[in-house]
Amino acid sequence: MSPINTLFRRELASYFATPVAYVFIVIFLVLSGAFAFQLGGLYERGQADLKPFFDFHPWLYLFLVPAVAMRLWAEERNTGSIELLLTLPVTQAHAVVAKFLAAWAFIGIALALTFPIWITVNYLGDPDNGVIVASYIGSMLMAGGFLAIGSAVSAATKSQVIAFIITVVICFALLLAGHPLVLGFAKAILPQWLVDGVASLSFITHFASISKGVIDLRDLIFFGLLIGLFLYATSIVIDLKKAD
Amino acid sequence: MIEIKNLTKRYGDLVAVDSVSFTVSPGEVLGFLGPNGAGKSTTMKMIAGFLTPSSGSVKVCGHDVEASPLEAKRCIGYLPEGAPAYGEMTPANFLTFIARIRGLDNPANRIREVVARLGLERVLDQPIDTLSKGFRRRVGISQAILHDPKVLVLDEPTDGLDPNQKHEVRALIQGLAKDKIVIVSTHILEEVHAVCSRAIIIAGGKVVADATPDELEAKSKYYQAVTLRARDLDALKEALSGVPGVSDIAIDREARAVTVFPLLGKSIFGPVTQRLQERAIEVTSVELESGRLDEVFRTITQGGVRS
Repeated sequence: MSPINTLFRRELASYFATPVAYVFIVIFLVLSGAFAFQLGGLYERGQADLKPFFDFHPWLYLFLVPAVAMRLWAEERNTGSIELLLTLPVTQAHAVVAKFLAAWAFIGIALALTFPIWITVNYLGDPDNGVIVASYIGSMLMAGGFLAIGSAVSAATKSQVIAFIITVVICFALLLAGHPLVLGFAKAILPQWLVDGVASLSFITHFASISKGVIDLRDLIFFGLLIGLFLYATSIVIDLKKAD
Repeated sequence: MIEIKNLTKRYGDLVAVDSVSFTVSPGEVLGFLGPNGAGKSTTMKMIAGFLTPSSGSVKVCGHDVEASPLEAKRCIGYLPEGAPAYGEMTPANFLTFIARIRGLDNPANRIREVVARLGLERVLDQPIDTLSKGFRRRVGISQAILHDPKVLVLDEPTDGLDPNQKHEVRALIQGLAKDKIVIVSTHILEEVHAVCSRAIIIAGGKVVADATPDELEAKSKYYQAVTLRARDLDALKEALSGVPGVSDIAIDREARAVTVFPLLGKSIFGPVTQRLQERAIEVTSVELESGRLDEVFRTITQGGVRS
């Protein structure tokens, strides 16, 4: 078995070794449902789609993904197990990728458990399932982006609380970059190309374009690059902070 | 075989390990001594491949830890300070994980062997977090020896254990030592005699002594000294003054003992006991000292060694 696979399985199992995983999943399911029905008016709109459900994912992830990401490296550093992990015959890149993938898979499990809402709209009407699949993919990619940022921040500190707060702040900035309010304000004072630049950094812009049902290569590249970049940053930060 | 050449680790201006060089051959149990902050753990972390040296090189079984880290790590078993493990796992799961990641051929057998050797049968299915310190340390050691490594690096393996557990761990290390290289860091000096065939003392990041425990003890001013206990210490001291070969006589009132120090290279046990008989002085104990490691340790690490 490859080292990534072994590490991945250990990590994923460790989420379920404590009640934290189940608490997280329940909160995620309750909140995503509550937002979709209460705030998004999934029923009242009278349309068979999941737009109100997916529209709230960026805001849901803003707090839930950093909560998953904060323990990635901060906990290893705090307990000292990082020393054990990195003196096993695995490369640091393997460890970074395996831990990221395990956390991502965990979020994927939570997301997959929202399937009843998909069944519901199919029962009630005739939604465009292609759009829904694309939205799920977009949602996963966005979660991966948040998670990679959280991984890098988590590597910089022994405190999970600090890791959580800093990750939320960074992710909030990246979310807001695409919000109409911010863009409207930016248009008034910045040249158009810069406004486009800010907007193109936003998770919301890319997520919205995927969840329209169009999986554009540019959006895939955006999330792919973002994840790759921050995982690389994670590895650099681990090296820098090893001696602490 | 471990070859360490000019190994140096700097943190900004601070030099934690300063051009350390030594080699260790199979069969040797090397005790790594030094005050806290002397660079013991940093050196061990560099040998284990956790920290990258600022300069210099570490070769383990012919593999440079920087150029071919995976090969080097495969032949090392490492117990980090404090024996960290994944606390939510049970020892059974933890050892299975280590066996997988180390790619063992027959993991189940090997885990059974190691578990039996360290007496972990009783706690195999309890989360490591809930185990006592002694068991956690044993889980850490079992992890380090699971793949039967040629080189074993143990950072304070007996720290925080009770005397029985210390004894067990020492016996285990001696049992392992036959064809392996074992490096043990400790600041318990009695341990050096119990397990090590060689001791390196480092202070301020530098190697300040590299010798067998016996040779180190011979550097002690207590080497070949005679310690006597009696009711009247002053009378005893008075009676012993002028014995040939004696350089100094000291009274330790707390221990209720008189220590007679020899001139360099002189044996004074005979003359001292002879004098006792001549003067018919009653003593409760007479002891020929083999040297005191703690005293050598103090003088060496604080400068000024009697050579």
